[in-house]
Amino acid sequence: MKKIETTRWLLYVLIFLSVLLPLIFQINLPITETKVARGVYNLIEDANENANVIISFDYDPSSKPELQPMAVSVIRHCLRRNYNMIFTALWPMGVQMASGAVETVRKDNPHLEYGTQYVNLGYKAGGMVTLQKMGKDLRDVFPADMSGTSIDSLALLDGINSLNDIDFIISLSAGVPGIKEWIMVGHDKYGRSVAGGTTAVTAPNILPYVNDQNQLSGLLGGLKAAAEYEKMTGASGTATAGMDAQSIAHLVIIIFVILGNVRYHINKKRGEE
Amino acid sequence: MKRRIPLLITFFVGILVILSEFIPHKPFGLLTSGLEDWFMIIAGFAIILGNLNLLKMNAIKIKHKQENWQYYVVAVSSFAIMILAGFLWGTKDQAGLLGQGEAVATFIGSKPFDWLFNNAYEHLAATMFSILAFFIASAAYRSFVGRSPESYLLLIAAILVMLGNTGFGSIFSHISAFIMKYPNTGGQRAIIICAGLGVIGSSLRIITGIERSYLGGE
Repeated sequence: MKKIETTRWLLYVLIFLSVLLPLIFQINLPITETKVARGVYNLIEDANENANVIISFDYDPSSKPELQPMAVSVIRHCLRRNYNMIFTALWPMGVQMASGAVETVRKDNPHLEYGTQYVNLGYKAGGMVTLQKMGKDLRDVFPADMSGTSIDSLALLDGINSLNDIDFIISLSAGVPGIKEWIMVGHDKYGRSVAGGTTAVTAPNILPYVNDQNQLSGLLGGLKAAAEYEKMTGASGTATAGMDAQSIAHLVIIIFVILGNVRYHINKKRGEE
Repeated sequence: MKRRIPLLITFFVGILVILSEFIPHKPFGLLTSGLEDWFMIIAGFAIILGNLNLLKMNAIKIKHKQENWQYYVVAVSSFAIMILAGFLWGTKDQAGLLGQGEAVATFIGSKPFDWLFNNAYEHLAATMFSILAFFIASAAYRSFVGRSPESYLLLIAAILVMLGNTGFGSIFSHISAFIMKYPNTGGQRAIIICAGLGVIGSSLRIITGIERSYLGGE
């Protein structure tokens, strides 16, 4: 029993160090691009000039390390392409996540202007039903933005009345409601292009929607994909910095899994003898 | 009567929503639009109900001094502090009962609600999620063992996908992408289709009144 406890503590210490040390001493391991992550980049890069884009913040602070770097990169990319960005949230704390991402982007874009370059419509309860309603009448769902300003007075939203007036949707999602609901309503019902990002844990469930029907144009799954996106946009951030830590931590876990298997088979052999 | 009326409402609303998907003309669109408004209002009130329920459950535990009751006091106090901060000084650009709270914001750097959210809640939530890494690592060491050919298959696939999420060479990234795109997607699609059929079955049972557990009892 004591031996198991010691091994557990050794593992905890090694995991802690394998995350901490690469964050302090950068190794800059190479980041390989994947096709599904490239799909997100292409969707944003190839849209028409002055495209209207919804960026939905469907996560809370617990998923921030994985999803916030994606949010920052996507906003920077849309800004570079001069798109009209409409922020919304299917999770109550997504509103704060959007504000945080904007503040990060504002550091290197001090002239980022509310109302003409981006608006934040805030959170609305109801999940998928809210999206269905937005598909019919966006102004009915959001008569005012998150600060209470009437959306009729926001220049960016001129002529945008429903999801039919949106060019594409990006959902950064940590669960339900999230990217799946945007696919079902945004793409399947209203024919809008949808792409987005999820945590690494959620990605396998969402990946089947990246298919020949383009239900999802691309997917960023976890920190690695966030780092890939940073590499594609040419602006490295916290995801790239965190990739070294994730790589080493994964390696430590794999080594311990192998050791665990060796231990199991040795014990089994001893038992048989 | 107490049961029959809710069952009739469920039946009519269910049939109405299904029909409106196939007949996009008046009055179906108008009726479903009204139902969507109702749903959003109920969802809003559900948040209030959830908060009140949280308060009630914690208060009962504190009253009866259940095991670790001190933690429930912390939960209720944090709840009250966040609500008070939001009500009194608002959040971000929104004013509270005492206005924008410039004096407090100058003193601590931002509005009290935002300050607590950014400096306490965000880090606590991220920490809780991060701690999972330690437990997963420990559990993987103890339980992720190849005991049969199937478990070896799972083990090898998991290791390859983990390596694919690292920066140790593009070969792992490509293998991981293959596993995720074909075997994973095939399995996930089977689950999605089965779940979809299950949802249709359950919905029909509710609409036709066979499934009545949502009314309580039975």
